[in-house]
Amino acid sequence: MATGKRTWQRPTVFGRREIKWGVYALVVGFFIWSTVGLGVSLSRFLDGLASGVALLGDFVPPEATPRQTARIVDKMLESIAMAMVSTVTGIALSLPIAFMAAENVSPRPLYYLGRGFISVSRAFNAIIVAIIVVKAVGLGPLAGIITITFKTVGFFSKLFAEDIEDIDMGSVAAVRATGASPAQTLLYGVVPQVIPRFAGLSVYRWDINIRTSTIVGIVGAGGIGSVLLTAFNRYDYGYVSAILLAIIAVVLVAEGVSALVRRRYQ
Amino acid sequence: MLEVENLRKTYATGDEALKGVSLSVEGNETVAMIGPSGAGKSTFIRCINRLTDPTDGKIRLDGTELTALEGDELRSVRRDIGMIFQEYNLVERLTVMENVLTGRLGYVSNWQAFRRQFPADDVERAYEILDRVGLGGMENKRVDELSGGQRQRVGIARAVIQQPKILLVDEPTSSLDPETSETVMTLLTDIAADRGIPVLINIHEVDLALNHADRVVGLHDGELVFEGTPADLDESGLDTVYRGADPDETPQVPRSDGDTARDGLDPSVPGGT
Ligand SMILES: Nc1ncnc2c1ncn2[C@@H]1O[C@H](COP(=O)(O)OP(=O)(O)O)[C@@H](O)[C@H]1O
Ligand SMILES: [Mg+2]
Repeated sequence: MATGKRTWQRPTVFGRREIKWGVYALVVGFFIWSTVGLGVSLSRFLDGLASGVALLGDFVPPEATPRQTARIVDKMLESIAMAMVSTVTGIALSLPIAFMAAENVSPRPLYYLGRGFISVSRAFNAIIVAIIVVKAVGLGPLAGIITITFKTVGFFSKLFAEDIEDIDMGSVAAVRATGASPAQTLLYGVVPQVIPRFAGLSVYRWDINIRTSTIVGIVGAGGIGSVLLTAFNRYDYGYVSAILLAIIAVVLVAEGVSALVRRRYQ
Repeated sequence: MLEVENLRKTYATGDEALKGVSLSVEGNETVAMIGPSGAGKSTFIRCINRLTDPTDGKIRLDGTELTALEGDELRSVRRDIGMIFQEYNLVERLTVMENVLTGRLGYVSNWQAFRRQFPADDVERAYEILDRVGLGGMENKRVDELSGGQRQRVGIARAVIQQPKILLVDEPTSSLDPETSETVMTLLTDIAADRGIPVLINIHEVDLALNHADRVVGLHDGELVFEGTPADLDESGLDTVYRGADPDETPQVPRSDGDTARDGLDPSVPGGT
């Protein structure tokens, strides 16, 4: 029999206490090494801060000539249209891939194919995809549409596949047990269970696409981003801030609509 | 008439759920299959309409051997088997009417199914069955608005509208309170009698089995260990089913002895310090 009081410590996820401290030391060490390696110092940071504040002064007041305003409106509409088209085509392409990538309704080889495609689509940032697509199809909104569609497929298929995996398979089995065909089983057993999530995810992705469509223009893939780049290159900071305000306004509206619709569907 | 011969099922995990079970169900009898949890009752029922594929054995429904059927042939046999589940297994976001009409899917095209265009006869029959199970006027409610008892009635309606040759029922009352259980069991056996079809009900509430069944079969650890009328099921029969004791070899063991041993007070049990 043990003598004295027994002690207790919460078990650590690292297995042993020494390993835990070792991991912490490694993270801190990596941070310091990165900061030094990148040549970031406190004085450099303070210099940057000072010129940042000066730049901020140049941004006010936002101003745009009537021609510039017309250009903002024109290109903003192009962004919104790009987002709309890519959301619809992206989701249409996502549907088969999502079902392929859902473990509970898809045969093994198709499952890996679906998951593989999703990983590739998610590996690259939209800007990187846009640079490649612009090289392939040339400047303009088509490049933007292809880019955003591609990114939509990765995002939407992944999340939608996870929703399909979460459905109640008991009801699906019950539908199959009545003698329903595979297509009917999908229509009556699976689809009703995922429709609400489908609607919510679609609007959510539309809202993300609006944001993406305002930026891909920076690399020539259409939309308001190209105007922003030109304004920056001309040091026309009043114009820049007018464009930024327009982007903020559109993104806020899109986010509001998205939140509203999703709340209704959940 | 359903004839099952020497049915075996070994799951991929190695679990031997059924070790050669033979059973016939015919006429309009109600057969209750009792047995402890894990005995293989659900597996048995799911093998019959091939939601689970049996490892070995024969299953015939009105003479059709169905263990080897695939595709359209399998689907057409499934239309003749009505299934009712413990957790109801309804599609929650569909209306009561859609859930009931699901039982007719085997008779309509994919396109009709998509448009929700069922033949007028099917719709008429759906209304009649809803009245019969006491859900008249509820056709447009969504299933997730219903109580457990109401949901199980929808489940019964979905199976009955198939106009099946047999009803297979898996623990229909396990999620219901005793009173609702009683009405659901009565409804099931009455409907089966109306239609002149047999019912096989998995159930572990012995009282319900005894009150409603014409015949009781007991499954223990994948083997059929009892078969007889409710009157035949005495204490030793129950012991066989629920504890696996063979009444011919093992004397009745009073329950308290077993409990004492498990509490570790038995001096012959090693391991105490
Ligand atoms: N899908 C499955 N995979 C592996 N083993 C299973 C599966 N379903 C059931 N089993 C096993 O088969 C045995 C019988 O289960 P089941 O038919 O559900 O019994 P009951 O319905 O009588 O409670 C249990 O040991 C269970 O663990
Ligand atoms: Mg069971």
